[in-house]
Amino acid sequence: MSAASLLTMQPNVRKMVAGSALLFVLFLAFWQWGPGAFGIPEFIIPPASDVWKQFLRMVAKDHLLFHTGITAMQVGVGFVLGVLLGILCGFALGMSPSAEFVLSPYILALQIAPKVAFAPLFIIWFGYTVYPKILVCVLIVFFPVMINVLGAVRALDPDIVRLAKSFTANRLQVFWKIEFPAALPPLFAGLRIAATLAVIGVLVGELVGGNIGLGYLLSVGEGAGDTAAVFVTIILLTLIGIALYGIVVAIESRVLHYLPARARLAT
Amino acid sequence: MKRLEFRNVTKRFGTMTAVEGVSLAIADGEVVSLIGPSGCGKSTLLNMGSGLDPASSGEVLVDGELVTKPNKHVAFMLQKDLLLPWRTIVENVELGQEIQGVTKAERRQRARDLLVKCRLPDFIDHYPHQLSGGMRQRAALARTLAVDPTVLLMDEPFSALDAQTKMVLQQDLGRTLADTRKTALLITHDLVEAIAMSDRILVMSQRPGRIIEEIVVEIADRDSPMKRRQHPKVAGYIVQLMNLLQIEQAAA
Repeated sequence: MSAASLLTMQPNVRKMVAGSALLFVLFLAFWQWGPGAFGIPEFIIPPASDVWKQFLRMVAKDHLLFHTGITAMQVGVGFVLGVLLGILCGFALGMSPSAEFVLSPYILALQIAPKVAFAPLFIIWFGYTVYPKILVCVLIVFFPVMINVLGAVRALDPDIVRLAKSFTANRLQVFWKIEFPAALPPLFAGLRIAATLAVIGVLVGELVGGNIGLGYLLSVGEGAGDTAAVFVTIILLTLIGIALYGIVVAIESRVLHYLPARARLAT
Repeated sequence: MKRLEFRNVTKRFGTMTAVEGVSLAIADGEVVSLIGPSGCGKSTLLNMGSGLDPASSGEVLVDGELVTKPNKHVAFMLQKDLLLPWRTIVENVELGQEIQGVTKAERRQRARDLLVKCRLPDFIDHYPHQLSGGMRQRAALARTLAVDPTVLLMDEPFSALDAQTKMVLQQDLGRTLADTRKTALLITHDLVEAIAMSDRILVMSQRPGRIIEEIVVEIADRDSPMKRRQHPKVAGYIVQLMNLLQIEQAAA
């Protein structure tokens, strides 16, 4: 991009940032006064200020930050393990069509099975620990990553591999110099999907059983009819998801910097 | 001295015979074009020459040595530039040497020199998507030359380019091949390209592909395809090739 077009773009960007900030303020204002104006009681939609007060109370009294940290930790660990497993299986199956043929019915079945339904099973297996939550997360993160890597390996132009081989490349060189970098753009597309799913996996595990994590606070809030507490946990869960997604996007923009701007997603 | 030699080579894919009993020899520094109808097995010959596919029967030799797997003396170039989008142009040019274990400083220097020679000095650190089709194909040529092969195998290297760009690249290639005294086998569909670029033209039949004719191009200035194009003898060769390929019958 030329310097001139950057300069002409800047006022545009500034306008968009201002617009986005204004929309956020309007949203908060509507949340604060909108429900009252429409006669919606506070136990259905508590105004923004109540949710903020409840947040501060939960930080002081309910170890909210501890529970948030536990959930975030499980999301992080589950995401990383699921991603590594997905990459590994994606490449393995991608390079071995016969293995994929043999395993594909099972992969498909496991992919179609609702992963969150495994939560009770894992709790029976591992008890009220962090492990069942991490395991659900791994399972749910695994598929979009594996499918995207598998697809990327398959879609690679065989002539590129032949070119490398004609330069006397061995199997390992073909992998590191061609197959792996070629799989990165689809891999990151998979990571974006996985990042949004990771929180769901952990949350369902926490809802099913245990006494730590935001899922636990969510079910406590539900039992007490404490709408503001439910709002607080939903917001924090969303923030964990946004943080993970943000990390993925930040790494992506470093790794895939070579892609033309139009080929990259903005967010 | 024979750089590349096919001795009675046949290639079958299942029950289909792609090429049958092909024998040819290319001497050191010679540029030979292979021309023939679509699907006559030209590309199959090239794949066997590069050691990527084994022949079903017969022998392929490079510098008198039997080719059984890819080797450092042969490099190929296709219609597709096959530049890796995640590598800059100079990194793409280095690919072959990198695979062959040449030190970073040495291969970077060679790649830079070649890019200057291929008239891409301003695009060394650009990414492939920032280059035009002609520039990308020049970079692909630089990548092919970077491993300093004795034999170049080229499969319609310019067929995806527009007519003017094609002529410029033919000129570049013609000069480079002559300057570096490389041996080349050029597959093409373009009759004029074959006449302008090569010392000899081999004409292949329909599948199963056999060599049905050898034409020696007796025009001077092989190092300047641009000059050769304008030579009055070109028309005669075109007629000869059109007859061999039965182009007029196909149109009737």
